[in-house]
Amino acid sequence: MSSELMIEMKNVHKWFGELHVLNDINLEINKGEKIVICGPSGSGKSTLIRCINRLEEHQRGNIIVEGTELTNDSRSIERIRGEVGMVFQQFNLFPHLSILDNCSLAPIWVRKLPKSEAKDKAMEYLKRVQIDDQAHKYPAQLSGGQQQRAAIARALCMEPRIMLFDEPTSALDPEMIKEVLDVMVGLAQGGMTMIVVTHEMGFAKEVADTIIFMDEGQIVEAKNPKDFFDNPESERTKTFLSQIL
Amino acid sequence: MSAARKEIGPPVIELGTIGWLRKNLFSNWYNSLLTIFGLYLLYILIPPLVNWIFLDANFVGSTRDDCSNEGACWIFIQQNIKLIFYGLYPTEELWRINLVYLILLISGVYLLIPNLRHKGWVGAFLLIIFPIICVVMLSGGFGLEAVETRLWGGLFLTLVIAGVGIVLSLPIGVMLALGRRSKLPVVSLLCTIFIEIWRGVPLITVLFMASNMFPLFMPEGVNFDKLIRALIGVMFFSAAYLAEVVRGGLQAMPKGQYEASQAVGLTYWRMMALVILPQSLKMVIPAIIGSFIAIFKDTTLVLVIGLFDFLGIIQFVGTNPDWLGFSHEGYVFAAAVFWVFCYAMSWYSQRLEKKLDTGR
Repeated sequence: MSSELMIEMKNVHKWFGELHVLNDINLEINKGEKIVICGPSGSGKSTLIRCINRLEEHQRGNIIVEGTELTNDSRSIERIRGEVGMVFQQFNLFPHLSILDNCSLAPIWVRKLPKSEAKDKAMEYLKRVQIDDQAHKYPAQLSGGQQQRAAIARALCMEPRIMLFDEPTSALDPEMIKEVLDVMVGLAQGGMTMIVVTHEMGFAKEVADTIIFMDEGQIVEAKNPKDFFDNPESERTKTFLSQIL
Repeated sequence: MSAARKEIGPPVIELGTIGWLRKNLFSNWYNSLLTIFGLYLLYILIPPLVNWIFLDANFVGSTRDDCSNEGACWIFIQQNIKLIFYGLYPTEELWRINLVYLILLISGVYLLIPNLRHKGWVGAFLLIIFPIICVVMLSGGFGLEAVETRLWGGLFLTLVIAGVGIVLSLPIGVMLALGRRSKLPVVSLLCTIFIEIWRGVPLITVLFMASNMFPLFMPEGVNFDKLIRALIGVMFFSAAYLAEVVRGGLQAMPKGQYEASQAVGLTYWRMMALVILPQSLKMVIPAIIGSFIAIFKDTTLVLVIGLFDFLGIIQFVGTNPDWLGFSHEGYVFAAAVFWVFCYAMSWYSQRLEKKLDTGR
C-alpha cells in the first residue's frame, strides 16, 4: 500500500497553566485519510487540531506535517500553514472584505498569484461551494451556512493538502447544517486529507476512516466507524455515545 | 366568518407638523415649558448677534474711523488679513504658499469626488511628493529665495504645524500601539514608557522643553530650527494619544480574526496591514478624528515659545495702537475659522465611516 504519511504526532503534551489539555497524543494520518474527532467539551479535541497549524503551541513531543517538523522557526510554521487549511466554528471571515476578496487575499499575498488569476481561482472554488452568486457581497450580508461555505472556499483557495475543521457546524442554525456538510462530503470524496472535530455522527459514519474519541486530553479510542459505534471498548466512550445518539 | 383585514392608518394625532410638534416639543407640561424657555433664549440671543455680526457691522473702509462702532468692525480683519493669514512671510513670495494651497486643494477635491480613476496615484503624490514640494516651496532652495521660519506665521503656520503633526503622528501612533501589544517584552516596555511619558506631560511643557531646554543639551554651534523642534514635540505628543486610541481598536478585534489570518498563512505584518488594522482603525475613526481636532486647536499653544500662529497673530495685531479695542472681532473671526476647519474634519470622518461600513 502506497500510503503517504501526512501528519505525525509523537508523544505530544500541552498544558494551559496547570491544566493538562493534551496528554501523550500519538497519531499518524495518511494521505487521503478522513479523521473525525469527537468527545465531551474540554476534552482537548480543538486544541489538538489547532496544534497542527500552530495556532496553539505544543510543549512536548513532536508534530511533523508533510515531513516538516513544527518548531519555533517561523519559516517552518509558514510552510505548514500554507499546506494546511482551517475552517472555524465562528467562520472568522474578514468582515471588511467582500467574499471574493476574502478568498483571494491569501493567494495574492502568500502565494504571490497575480490578482486576476487569484480572483479566477476564488470564483472557481466559490462555484464549487455554490455561492459564486454571492461573491461581491460582504460576509455580514450572508446567512450562517453561506458564510461557512465561503470560509471553506477561502481555505481551499490556498490549495491545501490537509483540511482542519473545528466544529464547523456548531454555530449554525439546524436547517443550514446540511448545506455545509454536503460541501464537506464532496471534499472528502475528492480525496482531501481531513481532520474534523464534530458531533455530527451521521457525517462521521458516512465519511470517516477513523473516529477518535477524546476525553481529558487523551485519545481514549480510535476505530473505524463500524467498530466505533458497534463495539466501543471503554466505558467513557459508551457513556458519551449514549448521550449523543 | 372571514373578517376582511381592515387597512388602518396611524393615529391622526401622530401625523404632520402638528403631530411632530406635539410628540417632540409639547409632549407634556414640563417639556412644553422647556420648549418655550428655549425659544425665549433664542429670541434674546440671536437678533443682537446677527445685528452685531452682519446688519450693524462695517465691511468697507481702510481705517478705524470708517467704523461706526455700532456693530462689528470687520475692516480690522480686512486690513490685517495678510498678517493673519501668512504672518511676516515676504509679500512678493506669497505666491509660493498659495501655490502649495492650490495643489493641496486640487488633489484633495480629486480624492473626494467618488469613482474617479488613479486615486491611488494622487494619494501617493500627496503623501510622498507633495511634502517635498512643500519644503522646497515654503522654505526655499532650488533658486527660490530662502524664507526663515521665524517669518512664518498666522493661519499658514497653524496649518503647517497641525498638518505635519497630524500626518506624521498617525503612523507613529499605529507603530507605538502595535509595539505596546507586542509579545517581545523589551519592545512592549519601551513603547509603553514612551507613550506614558508623552501622555503624562502637558503640551505646554513639551513645547517649552523643545524651545528652551533642548538647545542646552546640544553641543555649541548646533542649532535646530525652532519650528522643527516644536513640530517634533507636537508630533510625538499627538502620536502618544493616537497610540492609545489605536490600541483600543486593536483590543476590540475578535481573536478569530488573528487566527483566521494566521491559518491562511499571512505573516505578522501582512496580517496587521491587510486584516487587523483596516478593521480596528475603522472602529476608532471618531476617536482618531477627535485627536486630530484636539491637536489642531492645541497648536495655538506654540505662542508660548514665540511662534505666532493664527490665534497668536490675531492677538498680536489687536495690540497695534491703530487697532486697539477690536479684540472681539478678532476672537469671533478666529473662532469661526477654527470651527470651519474642525467641522470639515468631523464631516470627513462621518463620510469615511459611511463609506467604509460593510456591516458586521
